[in-house]
Amino acid sequence: MSEQHIKLPEGSIEKTTTTLNLGPTHPATHGVMQNVLELDGERIVSTEQTIGYIHRAFEKIAERRPLYQITTLTDRLNYCSSPINNMGWHLTCEKLLGVKTPKRVDYLRVIIMELSRISDHLICNSIVGVDAGAYTGFLYVMQYRELIYEIYEEVCGARLTTNMGRIGGFERNFNNIAFEKIEKFLKEYPKVLKEFENLFQRNRIFMDRTKGTGAISAERALNYGFTGPNLRAAGVDYDVRVHTPYSSYEDFQFNIPVGTTGDNYDRWLVREQEMWQSLSIIEQAYQKVQEFKGTDADVFHADVPEYYLPEKADVYTKMEALIYHFKIVMGETDIPAGEVYNAVEGGNGELGFYLISDGGRTPYRLHFRRPCFIYYQAFEELTKGAMLSDAIMTMSSLNLIAGELDA
Amino acid sequence: MALTNEIIKQRLTEKFGEQVSNFEEPYGMLTFEAPKELNLKVLNFLYDDEELKFRFMTDLCGVHYPDNKGKELAVVYHLHNMVDNIRIRFKVFTDIDQPDIYTATGLFSAANWMERETYDFYGVNFVGHPKLKRILNVDEMDYFPLRKEFPLEDQTRVDKDDEMFGRG
Repeated sequence: MSEQHIKLPEGSIEKTTTTLNLGPTHPATHGVMQNVLELDGERIVSTEQTIGYIHRAFEKIAERRPLYQITTLTDRLNYCSSPINNMGWHLTCEKLLGVKTPKRVDYLRVIIMELSRISDHLICNSIVGVDAGAYTGFLYVMQYRELIYEIYEEVCGARLTTNMGRIGGFERNFNNIAFEKIEKFLKEYPKVLKEFENLFQRNRIFMDRTKGTGAISAERALNYGFTGPNLRAAGVDYDVRVHTPYSSYEDFQFNIPVGTTGDNYDRWLVREQEMWQSLSIIEQAYQKVQEFKGTDADVFHADVPEYYLPEKADVYTKMEALIYHFKIVMGETDIPAGEVYNAVEGGNGELGFYLISDGGRTPYRLHFRRPCFIYYQAFEELTKGAMLSDAIMTMSSLNLIAGELDA
Repeated sequence: MALTNEIIKQRLTEKFGEQVSNFEEPYGMLTFEAPKELNLKVLNFLYDDEELKFRFMTDLCGVHYPDNKGKELAVVYHLHNMVDNIRIRFKVFTDIDQPDIYTATGLFSAANWMERETYDFYGVNFVGHPKLKRILNVDEMDYFPLRKEFPLEDQTRVDKDDEMFGRG
């Protein structure tokens, strides 16, 4: 072969580092995102993240949709815990419209939100296990995520992109099967979670892989805008549920687990402990829901005729119901002018909705504060000088969800 | 004594006088404006002041008001004082023909990508940003899609062949 056939880029002989593309489709990214790593041997010199592969311009689309149609967009942000996004959006609308929801609705919402927090953390923690080479835990707990999805199915009919609830409450009351399944979950899940914990928590290999890797200090985490389990793992006890209680979270007793070092192991532990706390919140909420008797037990939405679809039977027989039905479906109700920021504690941290309305039928501007997007920028700092295999663990323990990154 | 909107407003007017303006409290959150040249000074003051301590940047985003001549683009900062648990909203406006605003990345690392996102969608030029390039859209894009002059497609248009998508 003559020399002219070998074409190497300028300077490539002298280059001492290797460039490695991790993603956009790679088993370790668990979503569509790209990391260009500069490696010196197996040490990471620098990383550059490229995101936006599944950018769907939700903020632009939302500018033409009436409020109730935006719920389906929020499903697709953090698709591991869609109901939290849905409820967060409804709470934002309710704040803008000044709707006060009945206690029973709040408690039902709390049950659903905590169930989705569990399913979110369950995925994250078991995926950290998978990336460390332990597949068993993942397959084992998947059955219980399935049970959670079955509960969603009973409540709203969908499993992943739930579009659950309406402005003011739920589209229908929880049926008995849903309550039975919640009971089943409360009864069986603690044992499973304990066993899952036993598989990992004091596992020598798992600890060696996660301890001291991907660590961040509390100051840096705050500066980077970390929220949720990732911030709490660094030792800051910030939780939206406690700081600005929404949906009657002030009625519940629970602890905020915090870590100390902010490394992968602490993040795993914080998520694990949060699942126990969520479980206790669900139990309390379930008790409270059971206390509603008679007609109180039939309350599942607030009285907001302008935004909450009337009973179908009424639409055919009553004039007002027909008018409201038409106005809601066509999105012809003008929303009040105003500016509102509302945040909920999502699976990954503070999920905020910044809504500007100029009094038209659609938002003038809607911005999603996506926790994932904000803390992923710290990835370079977290992995500088680390081994490639640690970067993989860091990526999964940060719980990066492509839908939330890209909006 | 707990920090209240009144105290924040007072401290800001003491420091900046007439330059911080348009104080409002929509849904309980103190909202105010400052000239764009002052954005870093205000952010620094809010950050450093021993009483105010707004040291967490919750959110940064852009808004486009095409009818607001000379102040078409807004950059909205949401800041959070975690100790007293109080949030504020701070806005700066800029001309769309010369949308230069100082970057907040020196103060908050979190601002890095949020400013890139704002640049990507609104074309706000953050002066001093370490790497101001598009983040969610393709690099080759030559317009700023969230500006109001780009309407979404008209759903009633008839000139498009949609047969393959079941809408024909």
